[in-house]
Amino acid sequence: MKKAILLLFVGIAMFLGGMAGYVYLLEQENEQTGMTNEDANIQVIRGKYLALAGNCAACHTLRGGAAYAGGRAVETPFGRVYSSNLTADAKTGLGNWNADDFWRAMHHGKSKDGRLLYPAFPYPNYTRITRADSDALFAYLKTVPAVEQPNREHELRFPYDSQVMLALWRTLYFRPGTFQPQAGKSAEWNRGAYLVQGLGHCNACHTSRDPLGGANTHEDLDGGMMAMSSWYAPSLTASSGTGLGKWQKQDIVDLLKTGVSQRGAVFGPMAEVVYRSLQHLTDSDVQAIAEYLKSLPRSEPIAQFNPSLEGRQEMYRVMEQGAKLYKKHCADCHGENGNGKAPAYPPLAGNHTLTMRSAVNPIRMVLNGGFPPGTAGNPRPYGMPPFRSVLNDDEVAAVVTYIRNSWGNFAGPVRANEVDRFRSAPVN
Amino acid sequence: MMSNERKHAPARGAVYARCTRRALAFPATCLLLVALVASSAQCAMAAELSAPPDTMAQRVAACMVCHGKEGRAGNDGYHPRIAGKPEGYLYNQLVNFREGRRHNAAMAYLIGNLPDTYLREIAAYFAALHLPYPPPQSVAVPPATLAHGRELITQGDQSRDIPPCVACHGKTLTGTQPAIPGLIGLPRVYLYAQLSSWKNGSRHAAAPDCMAKIAGRLNWEDVDAVTAYLASQPVPADSAPAASNPVKPPLECGSVPAREGKP
Repeated sequence: MKKAILLLFVGIAMFLGGMAGYVYLLEQENEQTGMTNEDANIQVIRGKYLALAGNCAACHTLRGGAAYAGGRAVETPFGRVYSSNLTADAKTGLGNWNADDFWRAMHHGKSKDGRLLYPAFPYPNYTRITRADSDALFAYLKTVPAVEQPNREHELRFPYDSQVMLALWRTLYFRPGTFQPQAGKSAEWNRGAYLVQGLGHCNACHTSRDPLGGANTHEDLDGGMMAMSSWYAPSLTASSGTGLGKWQKQDIVDLLKTGVSQRGAVFGPMAEVVYRSLQHLTDSDVQAIAEYLKSLPRSEPIAQFNPSLEGRQEMYRVMEQGAKLYKKHCADCHGENGNGKAPAYPPLAGNHTLTMRSAVNPIRMVLNGGFPPGTAGNPRPYGMPPFRSVLNDDEVAAVVTYIRNSWGNFAGPVRANEVDRFRSAPVN
Repeated sequence: MMSNERKHAPARGAVYARCTRRALAFPATCLLLVALVASSAQCAMAAELSAPPDTMAQRVAACMVCHGKEGRAGNDGYHPRIAGKPEGYLYNQLVNFREGRRHNAAMAYLIGNLPDTYLREIAAYFAALHLPYPPPQSVAVPPATLAHGRELITQGDQSRDIPPCVACHGKTLTGTQPAIPGLIGLPRVYLYAQLSSWKNGSRHAAAPDCMAKIAGRLNWEDVDAVTAYLASQPVPADSAPAASNPVKPPLECGSVPAREGKP
């Protein structure tokens, strides 16, 4: 018996030792050295552009605060992570960093002192970018006015606050590796893939997460509920009902560049992404992103809404209520036939926000309303009123049920308790 | 992915939509007429596809749900009237919501991704609306409270370094161009919430934040009295804001540009 216990302990010790060795080996860095034969001014200009493409300022700037001085909280299921000061301040920013330190953070997810970084900083994406782009980003950040603003300690719960846990997480979900262009694909496609997988870090939101916060890579960009923010990031794959299958390439370009399109407008957290980041990209880069997204594979169909007789009768009752409300509050802008007045007011017939299984986004749109971002291509957007004080939960459920099941949409009913959940959800 | 769903869904959904439309949207005459449903649907579609009016009123219709028709709030609710307030004041508030100096989740969400130029245009639109005010609220407070409020508003309290409200907000309290708001014609609960927010540090203006300083010098009795008096006053026939800044404001205010040629 004693011998068995001893063997068990030895076994566990060997397993742990093996794990530690594996982690150690994974953490070995294959250094790429910087090649800075780029003109310094051009490098800074390019770095500024790349910072926009990565939307770095969005997280690294406090609302109303100094640019890139950090301090914005990123809520995660494991606690709160605070973004760091990226300005050139020597004491609290990146003033003492060099391009190698920056590359280590971007490519290996490690700070200058070797500490492992939390993946709220999306280095599983940024590891894809080239050393030249990393150097350009760093060169640009060096030009950002230095601001002395100490970094805030993260507020993570045990055991997520430990470096050991983080090391284990990295063995499961992180492999450093620069993007490798695919030979059989066009230059445009490869540029799009590079931007989407790398700086764009689209799958930070548009992919579902497992309970440990890892991206489900086999369903990459197939949509998912956003942790903490209670929005559903829609599928970007070619699924015809919920993804971009029916979107023309130009629709995607319009949406990313201007915030509105013939098929829909951006809202929720994506409005900020377009406002701060995507509208500033060149036409060719946005075209490249659209080209890549249009090539994403079709995903598996979701189980179809198939109500019982009882369920159907209840739904007809709700639909009648919803139709009345729709005519009163919505039809002026979105049209009695749900055709909308694009790009000012998006069509609802065939709108993938309404045909997807999750009803979160339409519920929240009705409650919160919103303006699409004001962009160079659409500087004076039309707004949608928030109906939270006008309609009660039953009424929101009825009108959302109506628009999800009219004009060819067929996504199933929404219940009042689903609406109630989002009344108090943070709007962003 | 939706190949299955696509096959069945449109048929059922479309049939249902047609039924409800017939039952609810179109009057009975529609059925009596020999005209085909299809043709009327086409008419509706053609009308829908026309672009919405290219006006500010249409663009900012979203604001009216809370702020009332044309930005004219009633005096029963919380939301303030925005019509006719000085353009600079409205613009500053929109920026304050966007930059987190004022906190209202709905406002921050709605205008969070709008550029300065558009916020300026929105402010100008509402500033230019001059609409009649509702009658003043009847406020049930002791006469002594109203008298205290009146005194603070018209005289201030020198011993506590509190300037009179009229010094900046205009002799008739209808505000001063370009950026000081009127204080009458507003719900008492709204006025109370603003002074409390300043006192507890959750409302800010551009630094130096003069109102935060003044609110800090008010005690809760003062807040009670001032809001009671303001909410119970009728708005004068000429409700337009006074023409320009006081020559020398009692305090320095970051949100009020200094008058040209004056200190």
